[in-house]
Amino acid sequence: MANLTFSGGIHPYEGKELSKDKPIKTILPGNELVYPVSQHIGAPAKPIVNKGDHVLVGTKIAEAGGFVSAPIYSTVSGTVKGIEKRRVVTGAMIDSIIVENDGLYEEVEWVRPKPLDELTVEEKIALIREAGVVGMGGAGFPTAVKLAPKEPDKIDYVIANCSECEPYLTSDYRRMIEEPELLVGGLRIAVSLFPHARGILAVEDNKKDAAAILQKIVADDPLIDVKIVQTKYPEGAERMLIYACTGRQINSSMLPADAGCIVDNVDTLCAVNRAVTEGRPLMERIVTITGDAITDPCNYKVRIGMNYRDLIEDAGGFVTEPAKIISGGPMMGFAIFDLDVPTTKTASAITCLTKDAVAELEPSACINCAKCVEVCPERLIPKNLADAVENGQEERFLAEYGMECCECGCCSYICPARRQLTQLIKGMRKIQLAKRRK
Amino acid sequence: MSEENAKMRRVSSNPHVRSAVTTSNIMFWVTVSLLPAAGFGIYRFGINALIILLLSVASTVGTEFLYEKLMKKPVTIGDFSAVVTGLLLGMNLPSTVIWYIPVLGGIFAIFIVKMLFGGLGQNFMNPALGARCFLLISFPAAMTNFPLDAVSSATPLAALKNGEPVNVLNMVTGNISGTIGETSMICIVIGACILILLGIIDLKIPGSYIVSFALFVVIVQLIRGNGFNSAYLSAQLAGGGLMLGAFFMATDYVTSPITASGKILYGIFLGIMTGIFRMFGTAAEGVSYAIILGNLLVPLIEKITLPRAFGIPKPVREKHGKEADKA
Repeated sequence: MANLTFSGGIHPYEGKELSKDKPIKTILPGNELVYPVSQHIGAPAKPIVNKGDHVLVGTKIAEAGGFVSAPIYSTVSGTVKGIEKRRVVTGAMIDSIIVENDGLYEEVEWVRPKPLDELTVEEKIALIREAGVVGMGGAGFPTAVKLAPKEPDKIDYVIANCSECEPYLTSDYRRMIEEPELLVGGLRIAVSLFPHARGILAVEDNKKDAAAILQKIVADDPLIDVKIVQTKYPEGAERMLIYACTGRQINSSMLPADAGCIVDNVDTLCAVNRAVTEGRPLMERIVTITGDAITDPCNYKVRIGMNYRDLIEDAGGFVTEPAKIISGGPMMGFAIFDLDVPTTKTASAITCLTKDAVAELEPSACINCAKCVEVCPERLIPKNLADAVENGQEERFLAEYGMECCECGCCSYICPARRQLTQLIKGMRKIQLAKRRK
Repeated sequence: MSEENAKMRRVSSNPHVRSAVTTSNIMFWVTVSLLPAAGFGIYRFGINALIILLLSVASTVGTEFLYEKLMKKPVTIGDFSAVVTGLLLGMNLPSTVIWYIPVLGGIFAIFIVKMLFGGLGQNFMNPALGARCFLLISFPAAMTNFPLDAVSSATPLAALKNGEPVNVLNMVTGNISGTIGETSMICIVIGACILILLGIIDLKIPGSYIVSFALFVVIVQLIRGNGFNSAYLSAQLAGGGLMLGAFFMATDYVTSPITASGKILYGIFLGIMTGIFRMFGTAAEGVSYAIILGNLLVPLIEKITLPRAFGIPKPVREKHGKEADKA
């Protein structure tokens, strides 16, 4: 049987063999931890500690700044050094809480929640909200908001996004191999929030071993299925994954809930599990340190707030000076000019490449080859959209569905003329979204 | 620059990786895949054919180089597209033409059809075909003088039009008269297979072109009361520039539609037009004119075949939505 998928997409070099067989290592942070108040979509968190305050592992240091927001917890014990602007992976300077690590890792006294079967839906969602869980696949949308749609009885599927289609990344894969119960438990909790929902674990067929492990666990669970999706980028993009698993389509102005679906990433569901069963807030995540410039590519369990440079050093540093360092994977990640940035809730990887494919190749004239059209998972004409942007034709951009672009980068990847298609389209989308907000 | 600044690394917007396929290696492989048919032409028509092909390529590449030098533009002959144009033009000429015909054709193809419209990717008409039609109009006798074994002879299509019998097997192997590159169906199809296997072209345009042409021929034959004649149909398919045109010229990226359904529509249009030219026109051949005509319709075809984006509901509901928004 053919694996589930969508039309379009690309097959970039996967690079997963670098780190896929490296067990997750726990790493302790350095002296200084940095917690930007914006690690999620929505209102920034509001700091509730002052300079000089003593904090423990699990002390809330910032509370949610609104409904669509998430609190932030200290991941070490130590002293608050202050609140100042620090650089984050996007290059922006963000207000951040700085905590000096005393190296003792004293924990707060956890308030264990009631046993799972005694919790109501509202209580579970409250625990998830209080734990500061956000979408850890990259978007950072507060999970409690996602799990509380307007009409919970219309949710048919909760999809655990185990596809990990982004090249080089193996953090979700290691989670599935090493802590499958944690993931499945998280999915069961998410499914239990909806009266009619079933759970799907959507795994790409390059991770058959992980799929087999998950299958074993859910074999007797009538509510949860493992589905194998085709190994293709961007299989794990929310809209594509929903389509692959259920055949339902959503556009940019719809939410997955409009198609009766909720999609959550592997690490997110693990965090949901720990929040609801143990009352532990989101404090750590799995980060893949990889790329051909890294001496010893591996997967780490990282305390949020830890400096990137310390992670790279623990991975043996650089074999050769990288031409490009990317926070995240090569398709969706942010290139960073300085390693002095903190690990946030959405940081899935640091990819260090010795070759910068983008800088080496100058864009040339479009030859109308239609490759961008063939790979576009949103069925757009990226070439026309990019032309519209270059010529300042906003109306044409909108009429040809420019706002539907999911910015997956397939068109830029495939373009033989090396045009910056995604980048042009992305720029115009930003302008249009800003206009809408006004 | 301080030490700290010197350590700053290069950034750019994602994605940070690119596929290995570039414009120049696509054009390189198109050139390679034309070689079986061109080679057969040289084998069949002798050294003259080689000279014509070389002159034609030299003329297109030289014209592009000179134009860009004179206009102080970056020189783009490294992308191989002028080589493809030159080779295709040469393959569309009889081996008997005088030396200045390929040279003039090359200049016309590059200077008039390509560069004056903005260079690579901007021309609305296939440069090689534009030049061929220019030459057909300017030198009608020389352009239709086809030799076979040193004797001028009618092409199989011309013979077919006059109701004479033709040898279909010879047409498939290429043992017939015609232009340098169009005679051997086998060699053309070998080249086309290379392009298809490499993913440079797909069957949308050539497939819909050839199938719709075949259907058109069969239907017209039936209407004319000639019944279904497989030999006639085979000769129509193997003869003239149909295969070369369908696989190598109709699929020219720049001058064919970008949308998937547009490609099929375009192929059908070419099939029908070729059928009309061949079966109702005065000339035996019609591929070049059909493709050129098709080229002109490309913007229109792209406009009407613009796909609905993923997840966008059917137009009826969309209209409703817009009205609701206004209200």
